[in-house]
Amino acid sequence: MTQPAATQLTSEDHARAASAARTAAAGRRRRSRPSRRATVTWRRAIARDWRLYTFLIVPVLFLLVFKYIPMLGNVIAFRRFRPGGSIFGDEWVGFYYFEAFITNQQFWNVFWNTVILGALTLLVTFPLPIVLALMLNEVRSRRFKRIVQTISYLPHFMSIVIVVGLVLQLTSLNGTVNQIATALGADPVPFMQRPEWFRPIYVSSEVWQTVGWGTILYLAALTTIDDQLYEAARVDGANRWKQTWHITLPGIRPMMMVLLILNIGSFMAVGFEKVLLLQNPLVYSTGDVIATYLYRVGIQSAQFSYGTAIGLFEAAIGLALVLFANTLSRRMVGTSLW
Amino acid sequence: MVTEDLSRKPDLAHVRRETGVIRESLGYRVFRVVNVTVLLLVCAVTLYPFVNLVAKAFSSEGHIAAGEVNLVPRGFNFDTFQVVFADELFWTNYANTVLYTIVGTAIAMAITSTYAYALSKPHLKGRTFFVGIAVFTMFFSGGLIPNYILIASYLGWRNSILAVVVPGALSVFNLLVMKSFFENFPTELEEAAAIDGLTTYGIFFRIVLPLSKAVLATMTLFYAVGHWNSWFSAFLYMDDKSLFPVTVYLRNLIAAATGTQEITDGGEAAQVASNIQAVTMLLTVLPIICLYPFIQRYFVSGVMLGSVKG
Repeated sequence: MTQPAATQLTSEDHARAASAARTAAAGRRRRSRPSRRATVTWRRAIARDWRLYTFLIVPVLFLLVFKYIPMLGNVIAFRRFRPGGSIFGDEWVGFYYFEAFITNQQFWNVFWNTVILGALTLLVTFPLPIVLALMLNEVRSRRFKRIVQTISYLPHFMSIVIVVGLVLQLTSLNGTVNQIATALGADPVPFMQRPEWFRPIYVSSEVWQTVGWGTILYLAALTTIDDQLYEAARVDGANRWKQTWHITLPGIRPMMMVLLILNIGSFMAVGFEKVLLLQNPLVYSTGDVIATYLYRVGIQSAQFSYGTAIGLFEAAIGLALVLFANTLSRRMVGTSLW
Repeated sequence: MVTEDLSRKPDLAHVRRETGVIRESLGYRVFRVVNVTVLLLVCAVTLYPFVNLVAKAFSSEGHIAAGEVNLVPRGFNFDTFQVVFADELFWTNYANTVLYTIVGTAIAMAITSTYAYALSKPHLKGRTFFVGIAVFTMFFSGGLIPNYILIASYLGWRNSILAVVVPGALSVFNLLVMKSFFENFPTELEEAAAIDGLTTYGIFFRIVLPLSKAVLATMTLFYAVGHWNSWFSAFLYMDDKSLFPVTVYLRNLIAAATGTQEITDGGEAAQVASNIQAVTMLLTVLPIICLYPFIQRYFVSGVMLGSVKG
């Protein structure tokens, strides 16, 4: 919660951003409407609403100190930071730290690890909530549907520490996964010591934790589809598959696009906290990502400026990806965040 | 309920006959069986890790090490619970989690509700600006290190509860949900209160808040679960063991057990038995699992509110 840039976007963040996009759009509409209120001067506004403005003092100070100062603090990527010196660094060094990591082979290893892990996570965890939502939508018994929903949301409320603890227990040498493997005649595998297993294990744990909760927004979108469309399709002789293909999927397409854009935006910030807890030096060759590398060199080795440069680079790629996906989506299907 | 089913079933069959897709109805029936089976499997896979956890918590270490514990406990005993209960640090850290959750949630609710109320007033001059500075932080933020420098060096909040409860005190999503709730609050009530002589403060504390219990409960739960589960800020800013929340206690326990991760608290490097891990994990999630069935709908309604209205 403290480091939004470094933590992974959950479906709540998706909802967050989706609603923010709508709020922003609503804000634009409000502004474009001619308003008599716009003529009220600041002096009169404060005289009238000063009590209301006092409500803003603490939150605005909070944003200033805990959001905007760290944002400006990114400037130490370009300035040498001395412990105990200014929070914004001491002397200007230009792109020195950027050159330092761009010429570092280890950085490129974690860069490609991040891209691969992010891509795998996106490919698997983006479509599954849609499939699950469509399946839940076909359930007739409301009670059964509610029970499945309740159970599938549960992992979302677990701490990442718990999730990782469960993963480690299940994949340990005496864990259930190895018991199944030995029952099928295979040799037990020390999964968490094998680099080739890190990605499948990470993605599976993401599926376990996020897919159920991810259906909420799709289920909400499904309820907004007009029943008359299905009736008309039935009269025209469309079977269930055709109804799903031609009515249901187009009906939830705007939601799909919004979540896809956001997922692409969070692509580079793969679940930092989870990777940090899951990884160990034996699996760094596949399991080390930019965020964890940044944590090690930036915080543990106290190379603040170097770490900030990497963080800024990662954030810039994330922002560029969102803008790119948003533009692409607007051109191709007419849905966009803003 | 029963009459509804009776009136609807023949109707569907009628539609199928009329549209001449009788064979589809068989295919669809097969699909439904498959569908329900898959959904049951999803539930089983979702629940299995928890069942396994409970089984391990009540098993003896010997049976766990032999890989015999899956669905049911082997060598049933309560000894592990006694071992965990005997650790004073566990209780200290558990109490810390409760404290951080309460204080953090209170701070967050104070900031979020006052901010949201002010933003919900359409006549507030500069409203777009004040909404904008909050929304912008969702898309761009200072990274890990600038935050760390600010909190650890500049504010000097190392080993302070403040580092855990303050920086995450405003979730923009929760802010927008509350704002939209307050926007839909009947203005007549506020106007009547104003005529009766209440100031903005009086209206907010005596009229608006008491009538917004539903949204306040939802937001409180969002923040409380977030604080209960959080570990990273404590891990980052604290090195005094007695200040850790239970999630960090658990993290160190697991790190010690795996042995391949470095242990930051500098303490016991001995292998921690998996039944002790299981018991600690179980005790950490217990409050959430117990409350979950009752509070789940609040979470869902909160997400809906945020996504549908915005």
